[in-house]
Amino acid sequence: MTLSGAPARCRASSAFGWNPDRIALALVAVGAIAVAGGGFVSLAPNRLVSGRPVALWAAAGIPATAALALIGLALAGIAATPPRRMRHYAVAALAALLLIAVLLAAGTAARDLAAGAPPLARVSLGAGFWIAAAAAALAVLDGLQRADAGNFVRFLVGAAIAAAIAAMAAGGWFDALSLAREYASHRAVFGTALTRHVALVAGSVLPAILIGVPLGILACRRKRAEGAIFAVLNLLQTIPSIALFGLLIVPLSALAVAAPALARLGVGGIGAAPAVIALILYALLPVARNTAAGLSGIEPTIVDAARGMGMTERQIFWRVEVPLALPVLVAGLRIVTVQTIGLAVVAALIGAGGLGDFVFGGLGQDATDLVLLGALPTILLALVADFLLKAAAAALRR
Amino acid sequence: MIELDRISKFYNGRAVVEELSLTVPTGALCVLLGPSGCGKSTTLRMVNRLVPADRGTIRIDGEAVDALPVAALRRRIGYAIQSTGLFPHWRVEDNIATVPRLLGWKRGRMRDRVTELLEMFRLDPETYRGKYPHELSGGEQQRVGVARALAADPELLLMDEPFGAIDPIARDSLQGELARIHRETGKTIVFVTHDIEEALRLASDIAILDRGRLAQFGAPLDLLEHPASDFVRDFVGAQGIGLKLLSVRRVAERMRRGETAEGEKVPLEATLREALAAMTVHHASVLPVADGDGTVVGTIALTDLVR
Repeated sequence: MTLSGAPARCRASSAFGWNPDRIALALVAVGAIAVAGGGFVSLAPNRLVSGRPVALWAAAGIPATAALALIGLALAGIAATPPRRMRHYAVAALAALLLIAVLLAAGTAARDLAAGAPPLARVSLGAGFWIAAAAAALAVLDGLQRADAGNFVRFLVGAAIAAAIAAMAAGGWFDALSLAREYASHRAVFGTALTRHVALVAGSVLPAILIGVPLGILACRRKRAEGAIFAVLNLLQTIPSIALFGLLIVPLSALAVAAPALARLGVGGIGAAPAVIALILYALLPVARNTAAGLSGIEPTIVDAARGMGMTERQIFWRVEVPLALPVLVAGLRIVTVQTIGLAVVAALIGAGGLGDFVFGGLGQDATDLVLLGALPTILLALVADFLLKAAAAALRR
Repeated sequence: MIELDRISKFYNGRAVVEELSLTVPTGALCVLLGPSGCGKSTTLRMVNRLVPADRGTIRIDGEAVDALPVAALRRRIGYAIQSTGLFPHWRVEDNIATVPRLLGWKRGRMRDRVTELLEMFRLDPETYRGKYPHELSGGEQQRVGVARALAADPELLLMDEPFGAIDPIARDSLQGELARIHRETGKTIVFVTHDIEEALRLASDIAILDRGRLAQFGAPLDLLEHPASDFVRDFVGAQGIGLKLLSVRRVAERMRRGETAEGEKVPLEATLREALAAMTVHHASVLPVADGDGTVVGTIALTDLVR
């Protein structure tokens, strides 16, 4: 009775009761409160001093504020209708519109404020902006999640939002923002830093795969080796990244002194060499762990059947074990890539370059927007890598 | 013909198979039967060298299994196991064609063979060839598992409790199909089970193993009527020896040809036990016996069962 009764009750409540998208409603409320609270942007006399908060209506004017409020209300209205797949898509679409509107408003606010301020004055994004933008972005994700949208749809939505933002940026809409002015003054090095960052990540993840996958295979095949391998890799993982970078300075500078040929290749106590070595060491554990997990997750009877039918050990490995372990391996690769993109920021401390240069440069000068110039692209890289590898894992799992 | 010549296997100094000798004639369906831990699976796995024998030799048609490269040996021997061991990332078609592909068959020949095997197991080829194992029921998976073992037309088929993990109804129909396919193809089959009913239903010969040694080897009827030891008597006939005797004899042996009777027809090929069950259900002491076409060819009576 209880078994057959429970689902019926659930159906009844969703058909006749009020069943709004509570998350979307809550996100709209959070965004509204954040904007109403004042500091949508902040105005500072120069880039090194913290500014005073300026409300949206004071900076961008009443019409822009009203437009944002209207979109927010429309989103809340849609979220309150009965749950259907179309509603989830509508929530996602309106939230995407709201996100773009928040960005437009920020550009307008910055332009209007800067127009009436001295040339050295800076307009930065404030808490109100960040919370409203984050709430809108989360509402997009939640809507897509509820609509059970496929990877392709998610990609299209993400690409559309990114294209809109890129168009606004290219059209100079954000030029008055402090972040854009930091970009403008670092334009010459930004591209180099970005490619350097990607190179650091690729240069660490690829060797980590080449070393970590065989280690994982070894750990899975020889139970005695497993303990030793994971003991060492776990220990490495517990060393804080700055400490590990520091630890590598001594042996590597000694090596550079002892072998000038290596030094000429760029190996030294500081720079890319210790950074890449440390990043590889950190990446080994997830790679080896997931390789071992993927392989030992294969039912032994499958391997027994393969052997019994006359597959050679090599055929069993390539035709049966590798394809069956691959989804787990790619999941590990995703963790490793996202982790390395983040850790590579810290590598700037020992002169490895990359986006971390902006982060630490900004921290040193107390220039928040320069920190953001390093942090935002890092987050974006991580999100893109996460999406791509997640899609790859899903395609492999089918 | 498979000859096991005084084979032994030791694990940590303890014999799990000891001095076992056995000759399975070509075309036989030989069941290795015994309680768990008696060494029956180990014996089977020594035939295709998944477990190397420590002593003794195994010959297939006079040729020692050690004389061949191990992969080549295994590709000549069909192998089906309890949990099917189907490759989850391959379609039914690719699973069945595993050994043909290893042997380098042409694509068209593989495709035809898959069609033929799916039809043999009464699975519609166009529906099933493209499915993945997880889309099949347990019984269907096991059919595909056995079809895969037969794919390259091996002279010998090894089956390790293939129907052990399947629900009773599906198991019953799989046993029926295996019996039919054994009849149709005349393959030599070595079949491991701990289920005495399954052994009696399928076997032409039964080898009963007790702690790694051969307790008795013979036809099913032999084992029931002349058990060689108390162990065999207990194992095969702990209960219901009478019903087991009925289950290894066919209606065709006891029927009265030429007579007719009213009622539910019993097939010629049915066991006496099935005839008894039919009589009980239909409250009849005589039932007509029909051949494959459904033509009545005689009768079987309750008294015929106990003659």
